[in-house]
Amino acid sequence: MPADFNWAIGGEAGDGIDSTGKIFARALSRAGRHVFTSKDFASRIRGGYTAYKVRTSVDQVESTVDRLDVLIALTQRTVDENIDELHEGSVIVYDGERTSMQDLEIPDGMVGMDVPLKSLAEEAGGAIMRNIVALGAACEVTDFPIEHLGSSLEKRFSDKGQSIVENNKTAAELGAEYVAENYATESDEFEYELETTDEDYVLINGDEAIGMGAIAAGCRFYSGYPITPATDVMEYLTGRLERYGGHVVQAEDELSAINMALGAARAGARSMTATSGPGIDLMAETFGLVAQSETPLVICDVMRSGPSTGMPTKQEQGDLNMALFGGHGEIPRFVLAPTTISEAFWKTVEAFNLAEKYQTPVYLIADLEMAVTEQTFPPEAFDMDAVEIDRGKIVDEDEIDEWLDDEGRFRAHAATEDGISPRALPGTTDGAHMSTGLEHNELGRRTEDTEIRVEQVQKRQRKVETAKEREDWSPREFGNADADNLVVSWGSNEGTIVEAMDLMDDDAPEFRFLSVPYLFPRPDLTDAVEDAEQVVVVECNATGQFADVLEHDTLERVDRVNKYNGVGFKADELAEEITEVLQ
Amino acid sequence: MSSDVRFIDFKSDKQPTWCPGCGDFGTMNGMMKALANTGNDPDNTFVVAGIGCSGKIGTYMHSYALHGVHGRALPVGTGVKMANPDLEVMVAGGDGDGYSIGSGHFIHAVRRNVDMSYVVMDNRIYGLTKGQASPTSREDFETSTTPEGPKQPPVNPLALALSAGGTFIAQSFASDAQRHAELVQAAIEHDGFGFVNVFSPCVTFNDTDTYDYFRDNLTDLAETDHDASDFDEAKDRIMDGSSEYQGILYQNEDSVPYHEAHGVTEDMTEIPDGAPEDATDLVREFY
Repeated sequence: MPADFNWAIGGEAGDGIDSTGKIFARALSRAGRHVFTSKDFASRIRGGYTAYKVRTSVDQVESTVDRLDVLIALTQRTVDENIDELHEGSVIVYDGERTSMQDLEIPDGMVGMDVPLKSLAEEAGGAIMRNIVALGAACEVTDFPIEHLGSSLEKRFSDKGQSIVENNKTAAELGAEYVAENYATESDEFEYELETTDEDYVLINGDEAIGMGAIAAGCRFYSGYPITPATDVMEYLTGRLERYGGHVVQAEDELSAINMALGAARAGARSMTATSGPGIDLMAETFGLVAQSETPLVICDVMRSGPSTGMPTKQEQGDLNMALFGGHGEIPRFVLAPTTISEAFWKTVEAFNLAEKYQTPVYLIADLEMAVTEQTFPPEAFDMDAVEIDRGKIVDEDEIDEWLDDEGRFRAHAATEDGISPRALPGTTDGAHMSTGLEHNELGRRTEDTEIRVEQVQKRQRKVETAKEREDWSPREFGNADADNLVVSWGSNEGTIVEAMDLMDDDAPEFRFLSVPYLFPRPDLTDAVEDAEQVVVVECNATGQFADVLEHDTLERVDRVNKYNGVGFKADELAEEITEVLQ
Repeated sequence: MSSDVRFIDFKSDKQPTWCPGCGDFGTMNGMMKALANTGNDPDNTFVVAGIGCSGKIGTYMHSYALHGVHGRALPVGTGVKMANPDLEVMVAGGDGDGYSIGSGHFIHAVRRNVDMSYVVMDNRIYGLTKGQASPTSREDFETSTTPEGPKQPPVNPLALALSAGGTFIAQSFASDAQRHAELVQAAIEHDGFGFVNVFSPCVTFNDTDTYDYFRDNLTDLAETDHDASDFDEAKDRIMDGSSEYQGILYQNEDSVPYHEAHGVTEDMTEIPDGAPEDATDLVREFY
């Protein structure tokens, strides 16, 4: 029996699939089990179908696999969609009283459990709770103590009143009892038993980790325009940012969102906006202004499948070129791409520090699967005491004198040795100055003087050079450092690749794995690439954008494993593919 | 903030490159006077400007300022004011910046009612790009890109503002220095979004909406019995296509500025050296 257990609920959009899945995930997390969830995996048939999958183990789980042990099927189609992932012994829970499910045929070797979800829910107080009945049934099948489900229901419904909580608990109990009475043998024979532990885990998704990182980093202003899959960042911050004296504004469009954030940043607040591909396109012009006016700003792109409207609810890492090269002219920038959900928290903190230290825009690049995946971590993964804030060269009224020119004017863009100029926040006496998207002199006044142009271009560029020297841009390293082969990836594929490594056969080729969270500036991988017999770059796009960059950096050709069908990599699939390329 | 600040303190040492006689000189002088008269000084003032002849104003004035991209000055001002409510925020723009490329932001800025002022130098022409039709150009106004005129009605910025829930809507004439300064001052003093559309003639590319035209056709509301607190009266004047008005068209005495409606009153610029004290509570929410 594998150590991990895989469960899913599927039905039609509007069936409460996400909410139910999350309740189950929380129950497992509260029982001290690790969880990794995925939503809405690809339809093999057509749209309208939605599912929520939970993978759980007592050990940390980093990815999803193509296997289902228990499936709650609200529709016939749910079974059809998942037929390849089900296996001998898998349990399918369904409601045979539902007209459309009456003719459900349970595939050979699998166990069907016909549970009257709706009737039992009505008995508990309302048909709306039928998914909760199914959760109760799943608890019974897996010998999972139902009080953990109760605890999760409590968290989910407590603000709706105790009677709602109690009704839901009753619904869960009725589901469990029904299975105990009618499928006792099948339940006993089911091979999985979900043990519990005493650990406390945090269950969090990527968007929430970014939002929490922003608050931890002292972000006080957020402006955004709703867009999948970045909206959760805004929804997380709304109400919470206000607790810390900040504010969230829903702007009229992304053009406004980034300009409001820019305004707040110029006023001196730590400020952020988040969006996805289409919004990033709209923000590109102002991105140049942010850099040219040397304003510290964090711009988060939660990537989804493009181009244009693309597949808004599907995975892709297709915006790398845009992040590295987007915008007219040559724009100094930093580009960070967290590689795990907990790293999304830390990279957000780092993004705010980099932005202020170097007075430069920072792209924080996440992706859809990281954004919507709920994953468990020990609370220490978000140790607030370890958060450090560095606001860079802000000058106060006592320090400002040394930055005034002979006529008492503040040199906001002084071409210093490290490229970083002093920053006077509005309200600072004698600091009044102008900043502009035009080329300017050190006072921020427009100029087309050839020497000053060169001086200011070099000064802005020098900030990046300074950052390269002062900051740590190392990749994260896994696997055998002395292996002949090298696998490189960026963004959220890290966990999947690490798990793929574990799944690979003992006689499969060994590799060193470098996971790159810094895309610009980025680590110099020349030696690693030159030393390797074979190099494979794994990424969720069609052309291999990071592979191109790596070839450019190292002047070596690399192999590519790409996926762009809208679904992220899975560990078992990747283990096979990497093995194939390396053999 | 010192009480002896004079309008000249808001002037930078950079000489404007506007054409001699441009209405923007008068518009800017009035803005500086209004800022000085309301007890502001350059170090607590933030001027935001967009692109166009009007956009240059941040360079010619002395204050904290940002000269941004075309059409997005209002969102920038909104962010500045929310982050530091102690700052006096004045947004400047032209008719192209505010009513064409930035028209979406205009109506939403009006709706938000952030406590800042917005001064639009409306010359009914694109000057910086040498004479193309603007959104406030007349229907038959011939330009290089509209040889037979735009053949579409000009935008009525006052009507846009009124329909979007504007709480302070005024219009002035750059040449009437005293009245213009008074009206910008009233916009600054207004509790909310103070909008002033300024007739600021372009002497180079607009031979229709000239100083003489406005002198001959302007009606000063101060010389009428106009009641600015009366919404219907304001609506009738604003929709009356045959007249050019100077004065406060509409002022809502019950205006509730954004920061009051949303409780955004804290200076956001000060933050602790580490995560907020009770930040661990945020982590516990995810248990």
